[in-house]
Amino acid sequence: MISPALLALEDGTTWPGRGFGHRGETTGEVVFNTAMTGYQEVLTDPSYHGQIVVMTAPHIGNVGVNPEDAESHRPWVAGFVVREASAIASNYRHRQTLHDYLAEHRIVGIEGVSTRALVRHIRAKGAMRGAISSVNLDAERLIAMARASRDMNGADLASEVTCEERYHWVKPIDPAWYVDVPSRQSTAPPVHIVAFDFGMKHNILRLLVAHGARVTVVPAHTSAEEVLALQPDGVFLSNGPGDPAACGYAIETTRRLLGQLPIFGICLGHQILALALGGRTYKMKFGHRGVNQPVRSEGRVEISSHNHGFAVAVESLPPEVQVTHVNLNDGCVEGLAVPSLRAFSVQYHPEASPGPHDSTYLFEAFIRAAREHQRARL
Amino acid sequence: MIGQACEFDYSGTQACKVLRREGYRVVLVNSNPATIMTDPEFADATYVEPLTVEILEKVIARERPDALLPTVGAQTALNLAVALEEHGVLERYGVQLIGANTRAIRIAEDRQLFKATIESHGLRCPKGETVRTVEQALALAEQIGYPVLIRPSFTLGGSGGGVAHNADELRERCARGLRESPVHEVLIEQSVLGWKEYELEVMRDRNDNFVVVCSIENLDPMGIHTGDSITVAPAMTLTDKEMQRLRDMARVVMRAVGVETGGSNVQFAVNPRTGEALVIEMNPRVSRSSALASKATGFPIAKIAALLAIGYTLDEIPNDITRKTPASFEPSLDYVVVKYPRWAFEKFPGADATLGPQMKSVGEAMAIGRTFKEALHKAVQSLEIGKTGFVADSAPITEAQLAIPTAQRLFYTFEALRCGMSPQRVHELTGYDPWFIHQFVELLDTERELASHTLDTLPAELLLRAKQHGFGDARIAQLLRSPTTALAVRHKRSTLGIVPAFYRVDTCAAEFESHTPYLYSTYDGFDESQPQFERPKVIILGSGPNRIGQGIEFDYCCVHACYALRELGFETIMINCNPETVSTDYDTADRLYFEPLTLEHVLNVWELESDGGRVPVPVLVQFGGQTPLNLAQQLEAYGVPIWGTPPRAIALAEDRHLFAEVLRELDIPQPDNGTALSIEQAQAVARAIGYPVLVRPSYVLGGRAMGIVYDDDELREYVTEATRVSPTAPVLIDRYLEDAFEIDVDAVCDGRRVTIGGIMQHIEEAGVHSGDSACVLPPFKVSEYHLNIVRDYVERIGLRLEVKGLMNVQLAIKDEVVYVLEVNPRASRTTPFVSKATGVPLAKIAARVAVGQTLDEIGFTEEPKLDGFFVKEVVLPFDKFPGAFVRLGPEMRSTGEVMGHASTFGHAFAKAEMAASNALPLRGSVLISVNNFDKGAITKIARDLQQLGFSILATRGTAEWLKHVGLSVSVVNKVSEGSPHVVDKIAAGEVQLVISTPLGRRAYSDGQLIRAAAIQHKVPLLTTLSAAMAAVQAIRVLRTKDFQVRSLQEHHTLNHARLPKAAAR
Repeated sequence: MISPALLALEDGTTWPGRGFGHRGETTGEVVFNTAMTGYQEVLTDPSYHGQIVVMTAPHIGNVGVNPEDAESHRPWVAGFVVREASAIASNYRHRQTLHDYLAEHRIVGIEGVSTRALVRHIRAKGAMRGAISSVNLDAERLIAMARASRDMNGADLASEVTCEERYHWVKPIDPAWYVDVPSRQSTAPPVHIVAFDFGMKHNILRLLVAHGARVTVVPAHTSAEEVLALQPDGVFLSNGPGDPAACGYAIETTRRLLGQLPIFGICLGHQILALALGGRTYKMKFGHRGVNQPVRSEGRVEISSHNHGFAVAVESLPPEVQVTHVNLNDGCVEGLAVPSLRAFSVQYHPEASPGPHDSTYLFEAFIRAAREHQRARL
Repeated sequence: MIGQACEFDYSGTQACKVLRREGYRVVLVNSNPATIMTDPEFADATYVEPLTVEILEKVIARERPDALLPTVGAQTALNLAVALEEHGVLERYGVQLIGANTRAIRIAEDRQLFKATIESHGLRCPKGETVRTVEQALALAEQIGYPVLIRPSFTLGGSGGGVAHNADELRERCARGLRESPVHEVLIEQSVLGWKEYELEVMRDRNDNFVVVCSIENLDPMGIHTGDSITVAPAMTLTDKEMQRLRDMARVVMRAVGVETGGSNVQFAVNPRTGEALVIEMNPRVSRSSALASKATGFPIAKIAALLAIGYTLDEIPNDITRKTPASFEPSLDYVVVKYPRWAFEKFPGADATLGPQMKSVGEAMAIGRTFKEALHKAVQSLEIGKTGFVADSAPITEAQLAIPTAQRLFYTFEALRCGMSPQRVHELTGYDPWFIHQFVELLDTERELASHTLDTLPAELLLRAKQHGFGDARIAQLLRSPTTALAVRHKRSTLGIVPAFYRVDTCAAEFESHTPYLYSTYDGFDESQPQFERPKVIILGSGPNRIGQGIEFDYCCVHACYALRELGFETIMINCNPETVSTDYDTADRLYFEPLTLEHVLNVWELESDGGRVPVPVLVQFGGQTPLNLAQQLEAYGVPIWGTPPRAIALAEDRHLFAEVLRELDIPQPDNGTALSIEQAQAVARAIGYPVLVRPSYVLGGRAMGIVYDDDELREYVTEATRVSPTAPVLIDRYLEDAFEIDVDAVCDGRRVTIGGIMQHIEEAGVHSGDSACVLPPFKVSEYHLNIVRDYVERIGLRLEVKGLMNVQLAIKDEVVYVLEVNPRASRTTPFVSKATGVPLAKIAARVAVGQTLDEIGFTEEPKLDGFFVKEVVLPFDKFPGAFVRLGPEMRSTGEVMGHASTFGHAFAKAEMAASNALPLRGSVLISVNNFDKGAITKIARDLQQLGFSILATRGTAEWLKHVGLSVSVVNKVSEGSPHVVDKIAAGEVQLVISTPLGRRAYSDGQLIRAAAIQHKVPLLTTLSAAMAAVQAIRVLRTKDFQVRSLQEHHTLNHARLPKAAAR
């Protein structure tokens, strides 16, 4: 298990460490996440597709990996960089060590890296492409590999991670993990939500169900007509990887759905909604990834879970769009709403997982809107 | 005070600073003079007065404040706030309670109410109910599930309690519990022993914004007070699902208890097998854990709590470290913090050393590393307990040593693993999470590899790994196969380029730039300390973990040195590892290095700040007590400039032999003394001097292992213990001056002139450790003639030793002769007390002298005059150590101090006693039980008390003597004489004051039972005749005139008017 490995960045810097997980090579955009818990949720979040994730917390893997905490059916990160990977797993729910899990899914990991220095480097220079190898440590070759790898700008990655066919999701959240269990309105009939899968995290689906939705998940390229044929009470636009501006198909579909029924978007879904409304998105220097970001909405601060490298340019938004949520660290747009069109969205992750549960009220709000639509429709 | 130490100075100081900056007039009330917060410049009016409702009402009546903030002053302050409300004081004077409401304080404090409140909000506490029969207990246990705890109601120290794992055990133990309970009730409670323990430090503002500042995981499982647990931040063994659930629970607890603004600490138990999480308790205030959390994260909880209390919201408060982000966020740590408690069981023979729900540690060290392994290793080096690594004092290890929690358990654990015990078995015995045990195993793997090498064959890769695992150079030197030294390892490291990098504590895991040089060392490369070379700079060494004999007083002095030198334009650099202090606030010094105070770690900082030695930075060692002094010579030998008193002068004062020469040369009397290297030699010296003698090892603080011995046998026993304590140092033997007055002097010397800061007279006679004796400033029973001799001696000694800075001299007066007992050329325990009393900032003046200013330039050339009397009384922790021998002696045992001041000695003494929770009664019964030596002297005291209207109870021997001199006395049975006896009387509340003097060192007498009973039932206790005499005087004046309160600022106007401006600043 202990073999030397090397991470090389496109700017020519190299970061030595030891290989763990799969022995092999990988490339991707190198980004960092500051969450101290929830590495399994990070690994399995499809929004990290194409990215090599650096965890700032030094000890990773302590609690191993378990089936319930996965946010999708597999890990998506292109590579995983940590200071120290735990050799053992200690938690009553764990089924596998992190090492075994990554090896099984052929994810290349590197540990023993000076991760804080690496993070400071990325903070100063911006997110950049990188390559990890635990088989061939030739630095020049790896730097070249990094430079030759895909650029995140203009990359439509949602198409690569979306489901192939539409399916129904029925499982709610496990109430054991929530103190304020979202009340499922058992008396009311469920509302029907069509959820676009651009890289959907399972906890979004669980929370929609827990709040009283019947959910149909559809592939990213589903047309507006197909969606409307399903007679939904609301449309959900999911999170996902890549450059939102490259998702022309989804932007177009959203534009055609706007105003016809309530729409709620998260992360990539938020960016797609903004683009559909005529706004513009831009690539951030190194983005927000973590579970401690303060977002203010109507005077209240939510501690929120983030994973985005692109953001909506506030000045690009047409006047009817309200900016509802702002990041207090950098002023970045974190949420918007167009009440007349019954559309709203947030840049961050109200489904948490990982992260605090401060923002689940958004699911309530969406289901309420869908319920009104349902009532009006019936 | 145990359980409530200088972490609350830190929180109070932060609150005062920020509230004044916001434009409030701050009135501070605190009885502890050794605190930074009671410095006159931190509040507009500072009342160093007893913390009682009576006194508080007087202060409120004088100052008429608009609001009262009790949440930064520990449980004492919360309880006072409740009492003030109950007495109608707050309403009467229109004072608003901010930061917490009394309802919330009551809920958090009352177990049953807390449980009911929490459960009504859908959360769970350990299940339990009170039962009166074994049948009820069995039925309940079926419901709760075994194991269950049995806690009999109203038994002292929880006697009769226990754990039952099945019905049979329950039947037996419950029956016993019911028998032992005076009300025949037991509480049957779900056992969470062995569950994992977590704490969340949380904050909430008036808009219901809520953040978790820090999660803390206790290495020790449930069952041990968190103050006695080794703790780790952030939590290491929780999934995000589990962590977020705890976060949600903490939020519900805060709402349920009703904490509208401020910080709280919520404790949880988590079942390691099922994940079930229970709420254990919450503190609606800043706490020891929040001080730790503040230091661990860089998020200043107390300061922010104060701002929230006056109406700010979290998003309106900036994060000082990043400057551009707000306080409404949750810190992310990219390092690991380990807190390690420091105990003092060696000071309390007889006390039960098992750790449990009653906190017993007296201090703590915190260490920061990139990994748990590194932080744990740094923590043990920070403790200053003579350990460089995880080595047990004894081997082989028994399973019981792992199963029973003690101060040594972690060391035993390492030893057991070293000897091949399986991690699984260690887990079963200790309850440590397997993840932690695996970390220990990894450390031991590295240890084993090191042991297979010599310094020459040691590969760079292994040396780097050992350093990354936190191994100190000294430990590596020990482990290597051939003998070598820490400095040789250091040299090898630097040739290989294996040097530490200093990383910043920045609250955000490097997501934003840090503007605050709050640093720790690690071996990951990429140093980010950015030392500055524009201004002159100076390193100040702190005092490390609190311990008996070295507490907050020394931190006070370090902080003052920082402030003074900052004002002079120096860049100040602090090294310390005590999270409870003001010196480890990131805004006290210009640069803060949170590091162990070992030669290795201090040199690391020095080399960095000195650009590898090219620009040598001076180091100040005289402010942090014995810790930095112990390093002074080694630092100097390495080429580090020591400013202030030179190390050779320190050695001269500490070496009894050399010092005796100095005194002889100066023609200053000293009690006859000698040194000895063996028992035989010691006995010869003692006989030559004449018993009784005072014995002690050299180079100690707090009189560790110091004793008065009366014969050869006692001497033999003592010397054995003393030589074990410091094997390389000789044993010192002095003539014991019985019935002498002891005098303490604090002074500053610049090499040319000595100015006395204050002369204090001890209230207890010589033989009681100066740190345990009450003292009064100015002396009230010493003639001006003797005082002038004292002044003359102090001056000549200071000049002879070439002291540059603070010095403390202890003297004794017996039979008209003034003797010099001891000189300490450093800050002393009494420095803050003298400064508070006189208004002269001695430590600041000393810092300026140390960097080269003269007393003339500073303008401090005259001994300050005083208005009234200032009495310092000590706080003793005997109530925390049931079974320990209750007496004062030459070994220091106190853990805190209070000050009382008034225009008469009597009032000042009475206030000091009141502040030390030993409030003197004005009437009632006094119990007198004294040894034969004291019988003559007790007569006057007893007569005075009788004249003051007290009725006198006495045990037989004392009673006969008192009757013999014509006093009316009721005889009380000794315990050995059967009920109703003296302890029954104390327990029944029939005694209002106890005067009991101990006899001999080992005698397990009735006296010991009496004193223990007085402490248990909180009856004021006086254990020396001199204190009893002072008490009589105090009671007399109290009956004629009530207390007055006055702020320090008012007192000081007198002195300031006389002092040149520079000195008073």
